[in-house]
Amino acid sequence: MDFLTNKFFLIALTFSVYLVSRILQSRLKVSLLNPILLSIIVLIAFLMTFDIDYAVYSDSCDYIDFWLKPAVVALGVPLYRQLEAIKKQLLPLLAAELAGCVAGIVSVVGVAELLGASKEVVMSLAPKAVTTPIAMEVSGAIGGIPSLTAAVVICTGIFGGMAGFRIIRYSHIKSPIASSLSLGTAAHAIGTSAAMEKSYRYGAFSSLGLTLNGLFTSLFTPTILSLMGYQL
Amino acid sequence: MILQCALLFVFLAAGELIVSATGVPVPSSIIGMLLLTIALKAKIIRLMWIEQVADFLVKNLGFFFVPAGVGLMSRLELISREWIPIVGATVISTIVIIAVTGRVHQIVRHITGGTHHTTTHTDTDGLSDK
Repeated sequence: MDFLTNKFFLIALTFSVYLVSRILQSRLKVSLLNPILLSIIVLIAFLMTFDIDYAVYSDSCDYIDFWLKPAVVALGVPLYRQLEAIKKQLLPLLAAELAGCVAGIVSVVGVAELLGASKEVVMSLAPKAVTTPIAMEVSGAIGGIPSLTAAVVICTGIFGGMAGFRIIRYSHIKSPIASSLSLGTAAHAIGTSAAMEKSYRYGAFSSLGLTLNGLFTSLFTPTILSLMGYQL
Repeated sequence: MILQCALLFVFLAAGELIVSATGVPVPSSIIGMLLLTIALKAKIIRLMWIEQVADFLVKNLGFFFVPAGVGLMSRLELISREWIPIVGATVISTIVIIAVTGRVHQIVRHITGGTHHTTTHTDTDGLSDK
C-alpha cells in the first residue's frame, strides 16, 4: 500500500477531490457544500481510513501549501485595480478596518475566555480572522499553537463564506463596498472567494478588507492583548 | 508565464528581505503584496506582465487552503476537549467583525462624504470593473 503515501498520488488526490467538490457545488448549488470544507472532510476521512499519518500528507502537500504566500502577493493585483476607489474613501475604509480588527480580537478572546478556553487556545484564536500565513505567524509570536490557528482560520473562513451574506443582511449593511469589505475582514481569503463569486468588484474590496485586517492584526494583536491584561 | 512567475516571486522575495532586514512583525507576503501594488501604481511594472498568474492564483485561492485545513486532523484531541469555546468564540466573533466593519464603514462614509450616499444605487461608485 506504499502507493497511497506517494506524494504525487496525494497531490493528485487533493486536486481531484477539490475539483469534484467544486463541480458538486456548482451543480447542486447548496452553500453547505462549500468545496473547501467538503474537500477537507473527504481527505481527512481518506487519510483516517487508510491510516495515513497527517505528517506524510502534509509533507506531500507542502507543494500546494507553498503557493499560499505567492497567492497573497497576487492579491496586489485586485488591490491595484481598485486604488482609485480606495483613495476616494480612505477615511471610512481605515476607520472600518481598525474597528473591525479591534472588535474581532477583543470578541474572540473575550468569548473564548468566558467559555473556559485554556490560555494557549485563547492565543491561538486571537488572530483567527486573517489569512493563514499571517494568522500562523501572529499565533506563534504570542504563544498560541500555529496549527490549531490554521485549522480555526479555515473554519472561520468557511463559516464567513457560507453565512457572511446572511449576517450582512441581518446587520442592515446595504452598501456593496461595506458588505464586501466586511467579508474580507472577517473571513480572509475564503470570504474573498465567496465575494469573488458574486463579482470581481466585490472581490477587490473583500481583498482590501483581508489586506488591511491582516496588516492591522499583525501590527496590533500584541498591543491589544497586553491592554486586555495578557502577559505575552 | 515565466516572466509572470519571476515577478511574483521577486516581490515575495523582496518582502522576505525586508522582513529579515528590519525585523518588522508583518508577514513577508503582505509586504510583497503592498510592494506589487506600489510597483504597478508607479508604473515600474505593467499589469499585463503579472495579471495572468495573479488572476489564476486569486481565482483559486480557496484550493490552496485545503492542505492546511486537513491539518485539523492532527489537532482533533485538543479540539474535542475545547470545542465549545473554539466554536462559540469563532462564530460570535465572525458575526461581530462583519457587523462592526460594515456598519462603521457605512456610518463614517456617511459623515465624511455623504456626497455619494443619496441613493443605494450611486453607492456602487468606484466598484468599476476594469
